[in-house]
Amino acid sequence: MSDQASSQPADPRPDHGTPPARSFRVRILRQDGPGQASYWERFRVEHEPDMNCISVLQKIAEKATTADGRKVAPVVWDCNCLEEVCGACTMVINGRVRHACTALVDQLLAAKPDEIELRPMTKFPVIRDLVVDRSRIFAALEKVKAWVPVDSYLHLGSGSRQSQENQQLAYLYSKCMSCGCCLEACPQFLKIEVPCQEGETPEEFKARQQETYDRAFMGAHAIAQVKLFNANPTGAMNAAERLDALVSEGGIQTCGNAQNCVKVCPKEIPLTTAIARAGRAATLHTLKKWFDR
Amino acid sequence: MAHPQVMVVGGGLAGLAATMKLAELGLDVGLMSLAPVKRSHSACAQGGINSVNDLTRQLGDAEWKHFDDTVYGGDFLQHQPPVKELADWAPKIIDLMDRLGVTFNRTPEGFRDQRRFGGTLYKRTAFAGATTGQQLLYALDEQVRRWEVGAKVTKFAGWDFLGPILDPNGRCRGCVAQNMVSMQIRAIPSDAVIVASGGCGAIFGRSTNSVACTGSVASRVFQAGGRYANGEFVQVHPTAIPGADKLRLISESARGEGGRIWVPRKPQDRRPPGAIPERERYYFLEDRYPTYGNLVPRDIATREIFNVCVKEGLSVEPERMCVYLDVSHLPRELLDRKLAGILEIYEKFQGVDPRRTAMKIFPAVHYSMGGLWCDYDRTAEGGLRVGSPRNQQTNVPGLFAIGECDYQFHGANRLGANSLVACIFSGLCVAPGVVTYVNNLPGGPAAEQPSSLYDQARQNHQADYDALLARPDDGPNPYRLHAELGRLMTRVATVIRHNRELEEAYGRVCELEEQARRASLADKGNWANQNVVFARALRDMFPLAKAVLRGALERDECRGAHYKPEFAPPDVDADDPAERRRQAETWCDRFEENNRKWLKSTVATLSADGEPEITYEPVDTSLTRPRPRLYGVVGGDVIEDVWRTRQARKASQSQP
Repeated sequence: MSDQASSQPADPRPDHGTPPARSFRVRILRQDGPGQASYWERFRVEHEPDMNCISVLQKIAEKATTADGRKVAPVVWDCNCLEEVCGACTMVINGRVRHACTALVDQLLAAKPDEIELRPMTKFPVIRDLVVDRSRIFAALEKVKAWVPVDSYLHLGSGSRQSQENQQLAYLYSKCMSCGCCLEACPQFLKIEVPCQEGETPEEFKARQQETYDRAFMGAHAIAQVKLFNANPTGAMNAAERLDALVSEGGIQTCGNAQNCVKVCPKEIPLTTAIARAGRAATLHTLKKWFDR
Repeated sequence: MAHPQVMVVGGGLAGLAATMKLAELGLDVGLMSLAPVKRSHSACAQGGINSVNDLTRQLGDAEWKHFDDTVYGGDFLQHQPPVKELADWAPKIIDLMDRLGVTFNRTPEGFRDQRRFGGTLYKRTAFAGATTGQQLLYALDEQVRRWEVGAKVTKFAGWDFLGPILDPNGRCRGCVAQNMVSMQIRAIPSDAVIVASGGCGAIFGRSTNSVACTGSVASRVFQAGGRYANGEFVQVHPTAIPGADKLRLISESARGEGGRIWVPRKPQDRRPPGAIPERERYYFLEDRYPTYGNLVPRDIATREIFNVCVKEGLSVEPERMCVYLDVSHLPRELLDRKLAGILEIYEKFQGVDPRRTAMKIFPAVHYSMGGLWCDYDRTAEGGLRVGSPRNQQTNVPGLFAIGECDYQFHGANRLGANSLVACIFSGLCVAPGVVTYVNNLPGGPAAEQPSSLYDQARQNHQADYDALLARPDDGPNPYRLHAELGRLMTRVATVIRHNRELEEAYGRVCELEEQARRASLADKGNWANQNVVFARALRDMFPLAKAVLRGALERDECRGAHYKPEFAPPDVDADDPAERRRQAETWCDRFEENNRKWLKSTVATLSADGEPEITYEPVDTSLTRPRPRLYGVVGGDVIEDVWRTRQARKASQSQP
């Protein structure tokens, strides 16, 4: 619509015949596939108003030419909503984990003129270029049973009444996009790569992968989801199951309290508060189980 | 499971609702999506979800009125029985979502809070901050994960649907899909396929839609013989922020909570908005529509914004058209509790705090009312026969369509906060019908079909993929072709449409389509090749773009989002009362004549040479009669009066 609106040259792209008013360099850490060596490549991108790192990558995909004029395969990246609600476009931008859609070019260049550096998250296996395999995030949600186990989807009336205060608190945690920023920043969350073995069915592979993930640290996002679902009036009925998961191998005890997670969360979820509260609940739960033996 | 009994294609609200309900009903379900389902476009829905509720009921509201608002808002173009069933289910759907843990905003007493949305005078909209779609999506995602752990659901995340597999009788027996990492192409048998693939904003280049909303699934079904209906009805949302990569939505809920749209009365007044005194502001929606004010339906608000900028020259900025959307007069506490999600988007992308300064917004392509044609089974009372396999089934047996990619519920214009409820409703409602279908499957289940059926389908798509990779290097650039298609479609087929422009654009789109068939790939590799996935999606945008243009070209009238000035209703503007009455009579004559001619669904079928062929179907308006859609516009009362007199006369004549 804004094209139509301007009633002027609808195309915001620069005319390729004239030299660009201003351009900047983008340095991208690339990798052709899992297990392969990574390498840097530089691109030059013409500056336009209102650019973010998504539009930078779109331009690079369109031209597929490096700064020194070599034709290369276009850079591969993940994105979808472009307004920071889907969690897809997480990457490391100028050394900081964040979303490409809200990483505005003018702000990046103001802090560090001339060059923007993009690299894939380091805690997840690279599939290609900036795309990583984050299935471990969803595996953790399975492990902690992050859902409300309702009887059925038939009509059984509404949910419980809740105070505004409870709703506001739950809403903080329910905005988690499973984007992985908190995991990238966490010193205890280490990269695990489970390669598919020859002759393995997809089901066998998934089971083996899940088992491996289950033994490693689940991360702040999953702990916060336990807090969320255990605070839900119906979810609370199964709180013990989630607390069991929380104190199992790879659970909350692995947290080293570095508090990096809360600093990088794009939704400002109070992750460290969640960890403290869930930790207390988990301790009480363990003690209670011990005394009840 | 060896293969799923039902494959659901698309993991937004509709696909997830269908998946969890089918799993509950005991079927093994496959769930295919381009991205992990938690990242689906439903997450972008902001404002809320509509239903009659305990409060509105006591003010005289009823399911019937939700139904009536919806069909009036849609300019009576939708078949009425599915809408009636939707309105009847809506309160139960909100209750269910509440039980699933959706963090709906609460009143001080702990009840679900509601706000007002466009096209109604009741506060029917339940909401979770300004990220309601995200919250609903997550609740359904969690339920589906639970079924996945229970081995009733198998996800195919990161798979691109390439086409349905049809047996020699034209019955759908599964689909072919490609893994977007390994690039492996598989034929996946299933007894039924449900497509829930969302909208097609990408054919307009930039829109409020997510990157995945290319329309490719609907297009591939269309190319396989599925009918595409009402394609020309494309919603342009009044309030979005322009951006280089996307046009970001600012929800109608901003106005539902008291936000106001205005422009300075002095053209391009350079003062900051806060410094412009009240009397120098032109609240044009409130002035023209005193009853509905800023909450007129989207098609009307969009045209008014467009006119105020284009015809009246009152755009806030001279070079870039925009108007003010102002929430700066509202209490900060309310803004943070109810609208934070959208205000943060504005702040992050524009660098201005909308709690202090009015936002600058302009309309943007948002939603497709049209989509895959699908059926319904009507009861004598005018609702749906739940459990009938006809519900949501396309003309391809065994292939169902739900959510934004169907054409069922919104007619010529969708009301805000009706899409979320329609997505969940169509997903829940399709499930029992699919169970009936699968249990009475003609020709036996997919497992008993000859393997040659699947081998052949796979080979055809493999050959197509191989040919794509083998394209020579000197063809056009697919990204530039897409940009041109988007600019063209936005220019001719959005707010205002002219036949001459549509005709010319159709010719140009055909040229672009031909170029897209030759477009070169910069990536010829066989691993996570996004280039080839995009080039294929681009190719599949053209059949839909042509269906939109052809439908718009042939429909010589104004209805909802489809507006052609040449065919606009006559003016009723005389000062003399008798003359004004006469004008209103003419207006009503024209209205009735136009409905006789154009109150019908556009149904496009793709011919063998790739041209959409249009036929029309009558619309079931048996529950409530179409009436002039004026929303209390200033000066429209005389039309309302003439119309009422006519209806009264007709009623008395039909009395024995």
